[in-house]
Amino acid sequence: MSSNADIYHEIIVDYSRNPINYGKIEDHDVTFHDSNPLCGDSIDIDLKINDEKVTDIKFHGKGCAICMACSSVLTEITKGKSLDDVRKIEKNDVLSELGLEHLQAVRIKCALLSLKVLKSALYTYLGKHLENSQDMDKLKDEAANLY
Amino acid sequence: MQSTESVFKDIRKDFPILERKVRDNKPLVYLDNASTTQKPNQVIDSITDYYQNHNANIHRAVYALAEEATEAYEATRDKIANFVNIQNRQEIIFVRGTTEAINLVAYAWGRPHIKEGDIVVTTEYEHHSNIVPWQLVTQEKGAKLEYIGMDDNGELILDDLDKILATGKVKLVTFSLMSNVLGTITDAEKIIEKCKAAGVLTLIDGAQAVPHMKVNLEKLDCDFFAFSGHKMLGPTGIGVLWVKKQVLETMSPFHGGGDMIREVHKYETTWNDLPYKFEAGTPNIADVVGLGAAIDYLTKIGMDNIRQHEIELTKYAIEKLSHVRGLHIYGTKDISKRGGVISFNFADVHPHDVAQIIDEEGIAVRSGHHCAQVLMERLNVAATSRASFYIYNTREEIDVLVNSLNIVAKVFKL
Repeated sequence: MSSNADIYHEIIVDYSRNPINYGKIEDHDVTFHDSNPLCGDSIDIDLKINDEKVTDIKFHGKGCAICMACSSVLTEITKGKSLDDVRKIEKNDVLSELGLEHLQAVRIKCALLSLKVLKSALYTYLGKHLENSQDMDKLKDEAANLY
Repeated sequence: MQSTESVFKDIRKDFPILERKVRDNKPLVYLDNASTTQKPNQVIDSITDYYQNHNANIHRAVYALAEEATEAYEATRDKIANFVNIQNRQEIIFVRGTTEAINLVAYAWGRPHIKEGDIVVTTEYEHHSNIVPWQLVTQEKGAKLEYIGMDDNGELILDDLDKILATGKVKLVTFSLMSNVLGTITDAEKIIEKCKAAGVLTLIDGAQAVPHMKVNLEKLDCDFFAFSGHKMLGPTGIGVLWVKKQVLETMSPFHGGGDMIREVHKYETTWNDLPYKFEAGTPNIADVVGLGAAIDYLTKIGMDNIRQHEIELTKYAIEKLSHVRGLHIYGTKDISKRGGVISFNFADVHPHDVAQIIDEEGIAVRSGHHCAQVLMERLNVAATSRASFYIYNTREEIDVLVNSLNIVAKVFKL
């Protein structure tokens, strides 16, 4: 049986030491911040959006190795994707990249904080740019069912 | 050096949970006592005995069981009076814990007494439970909340208090007797002396202090004092608020309901005598009985012995941990000014990662902000790891902790 400490393999430690896409986008089109009230992990994500595509993404904040590694991987997955495809990113897309599918419940919030921030940023952006209220309601449902 | 080893040698046998193996069959090394403590058989048995033999509601019925239950409940009030030296048992109110105690004061004393422009003073090393209730009441009243700052050694800067008291607007100064993160023991006597000179009331959060050292309320002479049962071998969900009688008499009720009334008519009610005016509804009787057993247990060991045991453990732990390269311990190194709480960070490794890796070795330490985000901000860190000791901890357990940090160093290539 693998132990819980096995999650700390080389890739995670490397990502946490050298995060990818770490920083800010000064002229972002949307930015969002959230934190994990229990542990104090805190993440901001800035998005640059052109032609319905995420052309640039950066994150910054404070978090444990799991949180930082997942944020890095998420930004890599997201960059260049269409907004529709970003909308479809699921938690396993992030977890499987790092072999964290069986992460214990207490750490799953560390791993998925950045995904929550990304989705919130996306919905914030879409909410501002949607033309009819029906789409807005759909979006609200989608946001409510994220976790 | 006088050692307390003989007093503590057999203590672990009283705590069945300490026999447990966790994770990969590792003996449990429980170092999260500032959060909550484990319970000895004596406490567990007292609760079972209460439910098996004496259970009934208190203060009402005349039958035998009700009399026994009332006696057991009220006996704990007397044990508390004796334990922290309170002369008047009417000043002791049972609550769920320190958090409820402070909220009770903020609501029942704060709301009638704090007015627009008044100041409530707290400190930078408070637990959220001694910050948020005061934010709520000061915001509601248009009053201000101000802070006594902390120096780099983890001690309060009492000059700050002098400056704030000089405004003449301070209604209350509230502080913990021991920081739950740094273990700093507050110079309560000096603060109370300054406040008395200014005619200002004082509240002490004793949650971290009462379990670990002799506390003498008559000598301290503050106005409000709160502590929790579960941090001193007692059950969860029971705590104590003590309020000086002349202050208690100026307070409105907290919860309305049964047991707190004298007479209820359709449109008006008169209140029961103290302390029952503040104990509405059927209280947590069984856990009050359990708290009584915990006090008996601690009294038998002796609070001075407990303090000495923790001083020895803390000295040993600080010495061992300070040899771990890259490890930073927060707070004062002066053992006489700190309890058995050690917060640390290990190089650039996040405390959650430290806690998770050493958990595999059976070690329970806390990682995070410890409900003290104002202090984390002051220390300029997101979180810390915290090891905190109690009567059943040993030097061998500290060795296990120190050795486990080698594994963290290996994983993170320190």
